[in-house]
Amino acid sequence: MNANLVGIAIIDIVFFTLLVLTAVAIIRQRSLFAVAMLSGVFSLLSAGLFVTLDAMDVAFTEAAVGAGISTVLMLGTLALTDKDEMKRKRSALLPLLVCFVAGAALIYGTLDMPPFGAADNPVQTHVAPEYIERTPAEIGIPNIVAAVLASYRGFDTMGEVVVVFAALVGVLLMLGTTGRPSGKRKE
Amino acid sequence: MYMFLAITAALFVAVILVLVRLFAGPTLYDRVLAANTFGTLTVLILSALGFVTERPDFLDIAMLYALVNFVSTIAILKFVRYRSFGRIRPETEDR
Repeated sequence: MNANLVGIAIIDIVFFTLLVLTAVAIIRQRSLFAVAMLSGVFSLLSAGLFVTLDAMDVAFTEAAVGAGISTVLMLGTLALTDKDEMKRKRSALLPLLVCFVAGAALIYGTLDMPPFGAADNPVQTHVAPEYIERTPAEIGIPNIVAAVLASYRGFDTMGEVVVVFAALVGVLLMLGTTGRPSGKRKE
Repeated sequence: MYMFLAITAALFVAVILVLVRLFAGPTLYDRVLAANTFGTLTVLILSALGFVTERPDFLDIAMLYALVNFVSTIAILKFVRYRSFGRIRPETEDR
């Protein structure tokens, strides 16, 4: 078990390193097609991280939406715009400072959190035992996350699906499905 | 278990090689191929990780990744060929 934990920690570190490398490459890359490819890779890497965190449903969503659909949407956008990013004119100093301040604030916010994975955390003692106790009797499926999402919070999930569908229809209406008007295609 | 850890390590080395090709890749096709290979490697890593953590039910997610990877590679290649996903206009067909 202990060797397992060490292995998972090493895998997490490798995943995070690759994630940072991909993010830096996305920032430095000028060709927008390569950026679309790299953002797909970024989602696949984060989906792998979610799997090592045991969040299977989040990993499913990230893989299907992040790596599949959003890559296709970005390429659809690319058909309407230029192939390369414009050179930036102003210096990046102020945005960098804002990022550092926001990141420091977020890290400061996590200092109050209970230790990761401890057995007496509020998340473990508040409503989770009730769901674990009631799911086999009331819903009768082995996956408790699915039971919570599809049954206990069924209306909430339906609302989410409606919002996502509306967003998709909006994006499709904006982009169209045919790309550039004919005869103006660039090579 | 150690064998699966070794497999995972080897797969991560392969991932790094693919990422180098994806970052540097001089032509567009290098990048498409690298992205496709990266998806395949993710599937393999997830399968190996499932056995490392002794929960091989991760294989379901690996299957999903394989399908998503296939569909998005087809979509990317179609985009590269026709510059659009929808109706293909006749004058673009003989490129």
